[in-house]
Amino acid sequence: MPTIRFEGQDYFCAEDETLLDSLARHGVMLPSSCKAGSCQTCLTRALKGTPPAAAQQGIKDTMAAQGYFLACMCKPVEDMEIGLASVSPRYAAKVLAKDELNASVMRLRMDCPDGFSYRAGQFINLTRASDDLTRSYSLASVPDDDFLELQIKRVPDGRMSNWLFDEVGVGDEMAFFGPSGDSFYMAGNPERPLLLAGAGTGLAPLYGILRDALATGHSGPIHLFHASLATAGLYLIDELRALAGAHDNLYYTPCVLHGDAPAGGLQGNIVDIPARELGSLSGYGVYLCGDPPIVNALRQKTFLAGASMQDIHSDPFVFAPAP
Amino acid sequence: MSTVYEQLGGEAAIDAAVDNFYRRVLNDPYVTPFFEGVDMEKQAAKQKGFLTMVTGGPNNYTGKDMREGHKHLVKMGLDDTHFDHIVCHLRSTLADLGVPAELIKTVADVAESTRDDVLDR
Repeated sequence: MPTIRFEGQDYFCAEDETLLDSLARHGVMLPSSCKAGSCQTCLTRALKGTPPAAAQQGIKDTMAAQGYFLACMCKPVEDMEIGLASVSPRYAAKVLAKDELNASVMRLRMDCPDGFSYRAGQFINLTRASDDLTRSYSLASVPDDDFLELQIKRVPDGRMSNWLFDEVGVGDEMAFFGPSGDSFYMAGNPERPLLLAGAGTGLAPLYGILRDALATGHSGPIHLFHASLATAGLYLIDELRALAGAHDNLYYTPCVLHGDAPAGGLQGNIVDIPARELGSLSGYGVYLCGDPPIVNALRQKTFLAGASMQDIHSDPFVFAPAP
Repeated sequence: MSTVYEQLGGEAAIDAAVDNFYRRVLNDPYVTPFFEGVDMEKQAAKQKGFLTMVTGGPNNYTGKDMREGHKHLVKMGLDDTHFDHIVCHLRSTLADLGVPAELIKTVADVAESTRDDVLDR
């Protein structure tokens, strides 16, 4: 009889009983609705133990890889610990370098603290020790790098970004929690085409995902579209061109909404460009990142162009309003 | 007699049907105003529940769920004509998946039975 640990209590699950029913029998009511594996209201995370495959049917692969499953479809076969969130320790890391990528974006590198592991494309929550001000930043590095890289845009009146730009120096100690996020590369399908599209510092997680895919030996075409309002807002152009030059299956297209695009780039709205350039997106793995309106529009356009909902991974940046 | 849900191939087939159905709905400008601003993933999960229900798969959807879930849309003007469009997209999706006409009728009849609840009458 498997034991289910939830919030520090142990519950016994009877044979042929779902985890949802078992907990309900003990008075623990997880949120649920359809009890048939379709509405996903009872999405739960296994912190220890492996949920049976039937409990992960229909869940996005990157969610399943992090242990998410449906409690209503889960008949546990081994002891499990479940929870809605994993609790991260607070990590400390020293700033190694600050470099300007363009007039409003800088690259901040920190050392990677012992015990911290992540998947390229995930994000961390950076915390300012003096007042616990916290903001999310995507990791642009890959786990094999011996540093963590953030790409930070200076937001007008943004408390965190202006502090990072103006006051944080090399050698200072930073604090963060994480990682979070379900937008990362999944091995196991190396030939399928990939679409990576993002605007502004939405490039950061895409850069990590791209390098992760290439390092894993992805052989299918990888199309990266990086958009900005104008050429001055793009960055890492030379690095991405060099990467595309070194990998036959990588296609890099810088995009600008206004003015002339750099060589090999396109002028237009990023929301329309991928489907227009690539045609049918059926079978594509899709990664989208940037401001919510752009990500949401891209999500709809790529879905309508044939990408399956299960294969669209998106990471909309939400900005905290300035005080 | 087995259900259409079983004949289609169960949950995996419904996952494929959701993409087909939702794509049709989002391509229909007559009904898209009701989908503006909704989270696509949550909406797809709801549509999976709906397709599971109308094909006779395991579900716990009730008339009350349908009524509560669409009340705000009725206030926005959701009426019989929009409902007709959705049922039409449902028929097209099933035809795309190779479901025979008489089974499509069975499914459409189940969908039809929710009309008054959806339109809050």
